[in-house]
Amino acid sequence: MHNLISIYETSGFLIIFPFIAALLIFLQRKDNILRRATVIASGFAIMAASVYTAILVLLGGGQTLYKPASEEVMSLVEQTILFGEAFLLIVVIILSFRHRKYYCALIGILGTCPIMAMELSGVVPEHATYLRLDPLAAVMYLIAGVVGPLICMYAVGYMSDYHHHHTNVQDRSNVFLALLFIFLGGMFGLITSDDLVWVFFFWEITSVCSFLLIGYTRTKEAIGNSFRALWMNLLGGVGFSAGILALFYLDPRQIMSLSELMKQTDRAPVIMLAVTLFAFASLTKSAQFPFSRWLLGAMVAPTPSSALLHSATMVKIGVYMLIRLSPMFTDTFTGVMITVVGGFTFFAASLLAISQSDGKKVLAYSTISNLGLITACAGTGTTEGVWAAVMLMLFHAVSKSLLFQTVGDIENIMGSRDIEDMHGLVIKLPRLALIMMIGICGMFMAPFGMLVSKWAALKAFVDSSSVWLVIFLVFGSGSTLFYWAKWLGKICTVIHQSVNLDDSTHGSELISMVPLTGLIVVMCFAFPWMSNAMVQPVLNETFNMNVPNVIGGADVIIMMIMVTMIFLVPLGSRFLSVGAKDKMTMSYVAGVNAGDDRHYIDSFGKSRSLYLANWYMEDYFGEKRLLVPSIMISAVLVILMVIIVIGGAF
Amino acid sequence: MAVSIVVRVILYLLLGPVIGGLLEGIDRIISARMQGRQGPPLFQPFYDVYKLMHKQTIVVNSIQVLFITAYLIFTIFTGALFFGGGDMLLVFFSLSMSEVMLVLSAYSVNGPYSAMGAQRELLQMMCYEPMMLLLAIGFYVAQGSFMVNDLIGADRPAVIALPGMLIGFAFVLIIKLRKSPFDLSTSHHAHQEMVKGLTTDISGRDMGLVELAEWYDATLMMGIVGMFFVTREPVSYLFAILACSVVFFLITLIDNTHPRVKAMRMFGLAWGVILVCAGTNLLILNLIGK
Repeated sequence: MHNLISIYETSGFLIIFPFIAALLIFLQRKDNILRRATVIASGFAIMAASVYTAILVLLGGGQTLYKPASEEVMSLVEQTILFGEAFLLIVVIILSFRHRKYYCALIGILGTCPIMAMELSGVVPEHATYLRLDPLAAVMYLIAGVVGPLICMYAVGYMSDYHHHHTNVQDRSNVFLALLFIFLGGMFGLITSDDLVWVFFFWEITSVCSFLLIGYTRTKEAIGNSFRALWMNLLGGVGFSAGILALFYLDPRQIMSLSELMKQTDRAPVIMLAVTLFAFASLTKSAQFPFSRWLLGAMVAPTPSSALLHSATMVKIGVYMLIRLSPMFTDTFTGVMITVVGGFTFFAASLLAISQSDGKKVLAYSTISNLGLITACAGTGTTEGVWAAVMLMLFHAVSKSLLFQTVGDIENIMGSRDIEDMHGLVIKLPRLALIMMIGICGMFMAPFGMLVSKWAALKAFVDSSSVWLVIFLVFGSGSTLFYWAKWLGKICTVIHQSVNLDDSTHGSELISMVPLTGLIVVMCFAFPWMSNAMVQPVLNETFNMNVPNVIGGADVIIMMIMVTMIFLVPLGSRFLSVGAKDKMTMSYVAGVNAGDDRHYIDSFGKSRSLYLANWYMEDYFGEKRLLVPSIMISAVLVILMVIIVIGGAF
Repeated sequence: MAVSIVVRVILYLLLGPVIGGLLEGIDRIISARMQGRQGPPLFQPFYDVYKLMHKQTIVVNSIQVLFITAYLIFTIFTGALFFGGGDMLLVFFSLSMSEVMLVLSAYSVNGPYSAMGAQRELLQMMCYEPMMLLLAIGFYVAQGSFMVNDLIGADRPAVIALPGMLIGFAFVLIIKLRKSPFDLSTSHHAHQEMVKGLTTDISGRDMGLVELAEWYDATLMMGIVGMFFVTREPVSYLFAILACSVVFFLITLIDNTHPRVKAMRMFGLAWGVILVCAGTNLLILNLIGK
């Protein structure tokens, strides 16, 4: 197929350009029109390139494996990667020593040094493929390349507001924005790489970048949390490098690329050992229990970084890797353990989310919970499971990044991101409330995307007869419903005689939020099409066979009817002017309202104010009660998995 | 096939509220007799709703009306999906959506009793939601399909394979229909500490619509109980009706003999019963299937 620009060029552009953009932004310390323009233009360039590449790859169908064209380029790339690894390690060591977190330096050395030694030894065999573009990579391109740049653009307006409100934080927004772009570059590199050492390099870039982003404010809490994120992710990196070393030293075939690894259907113990270690690394990146605490701590960073790390990029790397490995999970011990850890995480995190009133914290727990579901789906190693996993990934990226952005915006306007303070948001900030309502509905309600995917997940679990997983899923669904619906209720509350707050949302923020809101709605209608055009190619590629539609026929039509009804009910009632002639009154307070529905006259004739709080049930679902046991249980599961697989390999 | 689906949906649309209303009437009479009273006439619920529809409606805000309308429409839709032979999982997803609409209408009024009722109703939903999904899965594992259309053509009644599911479902039905001891979110007796909870600030025509939705809902629930007994033999429908009557009577009996429990006790009980009855049922079914 001949195209104007080849996918090799665009994918190369996507890996290299974000780094250049990052440099340009880094050099512009002042928040002026030029820097804003740089960010927005770079963002659109990345978006255009990734959408173009993804469409070409998806239309082309199969996978494209390739390596850099000439020997010179090849050796240049190899040297850059070696240099880059050393640089990252030095950054980690310096910062660890400066903050006296020596264990982080140690973990970093443990992960990177053996890999560098292996590269320098010069005995690494040449192989045919270093880069790969296939449908799964294309789907990831769409997630990272559409949602990611939108978040970067959102960050422009957000950071300017942020430093307006947080005068005690040193304004290093150029570093912040540059890091966001480096992150995107690393992300594209990781998706495109097929060579395991290259994957490892980009893996470490994202670990270090997220560490720097979380520690942006340099408060004590931020530094503590950033180092927690660093050691957990570096530990995952150690697992990853151990996997590479196992393949290199213990296996005569010396497999050095993912595509080769996936061809080893004999599932020799060494191969399974490597797969298990990669899966372990994925669990840390995707913040599954017991590694969830880094994601919870990451909330201290400015919101754009939360949105980027938790919706479109960082955590998606882990599940991306698991989906890649999923054919290896079918009917294996590793697969079972991964599904159990994922299912457990889904359940436990959804219970913990009930007790949180901090909006970002709820989003964090919900992220962990949803990633658990994706992990569990990938772990089943069935076609239905992977279908659900890819769909969940797509819907989650869009809805979650929108929700993070809305919460961040509300925080900038109202000075609080507590759900209790969002009481009556529909009156105070109608535009943001509507956006948020759509975002929340997208997360849990029929017939929006997440629920459709969850439905497919349920079918996948039943078909693979994982009864325990089904039980985790159904109980987790109950609590998921509870924590989302009470948040939704809080927003929908109508307070009489309340003032409309000044909605000072920046234009650059709306550039991001409006398209994302539109995407959620469009994706409701487009999901059968998405299934055919985007997810089916992934399944065909991953399992090397044609896979029948997971959800199809009459169900799709019924869901279309439901979507239409949701949008028609408000319109219809407006049109028919239902309730127009009704008498208006105050809400019932078992006494006399004092002029509005937030005050009542008590028995002494005094006016008293009224406050309605949501239930959080700290005593039952609080972090104090559930967090430590959850971490313990899952830690035992993960350790068990690794030990048993290592035992099997020797 | 298509014609029979349309006929069934139309029958549901017409008969759904009639059956639901009659059930309520019977419930009132049985309750009254248990308490040594004469009780109202069988058709009293219909008179009540007729009267409600002609009273002046007092609303707190216009969004409230919107949510109540959505609640009614989605409840009817859910039932139509079930009786039209649709996917069981989709039926339950749609059901929880309609319930969320009712909860949002209570939230929107910003009143203390409504807000409390809304929280409690959400907790009740959290209690019964797992059972609903497990039920659909149980039918799938036992009979091989999620589609109601296939399930009613089964060779043997599902209850043989799913006795634990039936017990679990009958139990959460008390929570779903908001009967004592689990009438936490709203109650038919408005003279208590929570007034009318969820529906405190709903009146007149809107209250009538909520009642109507509840009738449709009750019919749907009885339909699901019937599903345990229905096979391709026409005589099985008699057993289904008999089973519905027994379950309905038991719920009324429990309603009249048990005082309301606290919220977290309900939660523990519900999840416990679901896990023990339905979970074990599914586990055993899975082992036998292998």
